[in-house]
Order: sequence, then C-alpha cells, then structure tokens
Amino acid sequence: MGEVIVVTSGKGGVGKTTTTANLGTGLASAGQKVVLVDTDIGLRNLDVVMGLENRIVYDIVDVTSGNCRLRQALIKDKRFENLYLLPAAQTKDKTAVSPEQMKVLSDELRTDFDYAIIDCPAGIEQGFKNAIAGADRAVVVTTPEMSAVRDADRIIGLLEASELSNPRLIINRIRPLMVKHGDMMDMADILDILAIELLGVVPEDESIIVSTNKGEPAVLDRGSKAGEAYRRITRRIRGEQVALMNLDIPDGLMNKFKKLLGLH
Amino acid sequence: MSLLEFINRMLGKENTSSKNIAKERLRLVLVHDRASISPQMLNKLKEDLIRVISNYMDIDESCMEVNLSQDDREVALVASIPITRMKRDYSVRS
Repeated sequence: MGEVIVVTSGKGGVGKTTTTANLGTGLASAGQKVVLVDTDIGLRNLDVVMGLENRIVYDIVDVTSGNCRLRQALIKDKRFENLYLLPAAQTKDKTAVSPEQMKVLSDELRTDFDYAIIDCPAGIEQGFKNAIAGADRAVVVTTPEMSAVRDADRIIGLLEASELSNPRLIINRIRPLMVKHGDMMDMADILDILAIELLGVVPEDESIIVSTNKGEPAVLDRGSKAGEAYRRITRRIRGEQVALMNLDIPDGLMNKFKKLLGLH
Repeated sequence: MSLLEFINRMLGKENTSSKNIAKERLRLVLVHDRASISPQMLNKLKEDLIRVISNYMDIDESCMEVNLSQDDREVALVASIPITRMKRDYSVRS
C-alpha cells in the first residue's frame, strides 16, 4: 500500500512544483514506483518542469469525470519507467474536481504506486481543499521571507484542522551569505516561529533555473547544491536519518579579526 | 543602511539586522493571525472558563463576556465575568 503526500505552501512561487518534481524523481531513482499529480487546474506547470509537456493527451479532470481511465492519462517519464505524471487540465478551473473525487483518485493511486506526490496550487480555496483531500501526509514548503512564513503558518493551521497533522517543513531558497550577514531568517528562526518538524533545507541555486529550462529535475544533477539537498530530503521521506546539508559559509578575514578581538 | 547600523554590524551587534526586524514583525503578525479564532472555539473556551470558575464562585453566565482584544502591540483575552456569590467551601473541592 502506497502513500499519498501533498506538497503545499499557501504562497505562490516558493517552489512547490520544483519540490514535487525533485522528490518524485528522487524517489523514482531510488527504485520506488511514483506518480506525480498536478492539481493546479488552469495553471499547470509540473509537466513543463518534468519536460513532459509534449506528451499530454488526457488530464486529471478526464480521469475524475470518467472520460478516460487512470492508466490512459498517466504519462511515463523520459528517464525512469517507474515514474509517471498525471497532468492538470489547462482549460478548466479548480471546481472541475471535488474533494470526494480526489479521495477516490488517491485510493486508486495508493494501490498502484509506492508514492503519489500531489502538487498543490497556491491559495487556500477549492484547489487546496482538493489537493489535501486524499493525502496521508503533508509537506509544507516555505522560503525565509516574512510573507511565505506567514502563509505557511496559516496552511499548517488549515492542515491540522483537516486532520493532516504533523506536516513537515522544507525551507527553500536559503541564501547562506544573507543569513550570515543577519539579513535573512535562518532555519532556527523559522522553526522557532512555525514549531513544526523540519524535513529539509534547500539553498538558493541557479542550477534550478537551468534544470527547469531543460526539463530535467536538479535532483539528478550531481553538481547541483539544491539537487544534493533534494537527494537528502528524498531519503528522509523514506524514513532514513540523514544529516542536514551544511549551508554555513566559512569565516572571512573580517570575522576572524573580530573573533580575535572578542567582539563576536 | 545608516552609518550607525553599519558600525553596529561591524561590531557584531546583531540587533539591528533586518532578520531580527523580520522575526519580531512576523511574531506579532502571527499572534494576530492566530488570534482570529472561530466563534466555536471562543464558545468552547467560554464553557471551559465557566466550568473552572464555578468551582470557586457562582457567576452570572448571561452577562459574561469573553473576547479577544487586539491593538498594535498585543492581543489580549478580555473577560468580564460578574460574580453573584462566592463559595465558602472552595478549598475542599477538587
């Protein structure tokens, strides 16, 4: 029996789709049978991030409304044959699917796959309610910005109210240099405020843009720092204990001088 | 960044760093956000209050008021609970 994991955030643009693509690809590369589900109806993007945009025939609304069978709508990944995508519909809106239909779909996915990773749309309306309806656990993505953390707090409250307790947090796009200069909240600050369990930290990394340009998730790129972070997160999802990535920057000359003077 | 801020930072005084400003503002915003609790929860809180207070005194439930009051700096739980009679034997109750 597989597990359905929803990736959510509240705020848009913090990296839900990138996280979904990387977790799914990471799990598939570890030999798991995985399906990625894009529930952002009307604004689909997971297909593009995965590099599968040219292969879409049917979508999630076709499946939930009975136009086609699940198997017909699933798109096989280019790289892994145990990885599939169920794309969102682009020409409909979020009301085209109901939470009840999502529960039925999730049950079907749970029997066919080891992991179903659901990419949730931004916001707290119907699309969010659909995305979490059939999930067994939730991953909340935030960045170290006030607005993203505030929205994450709201989402955590809503998840707990809908009995998806113990969501785990990914802090995305951390800039170690800004943290070091005291201009960006660090992991401890955010965990202190949100008070939930950490799943991982991901550094800001330009290779994410390159990998999205190519449609190849960074988790497969051995030279990418964000990719390394996602590889570690993938192993944690599977229950392994993995150390957090070290994002510290070594002390510069100025700091060494300050320490020498006892000012730090 | 002002000169003073710059000097403070060079001396390693972190209080003026923008992350601390963000953290402080966020903490306050979240108190407000989280305080916008549902009427059901407020009612439950009221019932719990009545139950506990009734162990010690008789109160006029119909005139009881429990509300969250918010201003710029803080959120407070304000309760006005008229007492009708004090109980003499409160110390032996469990």
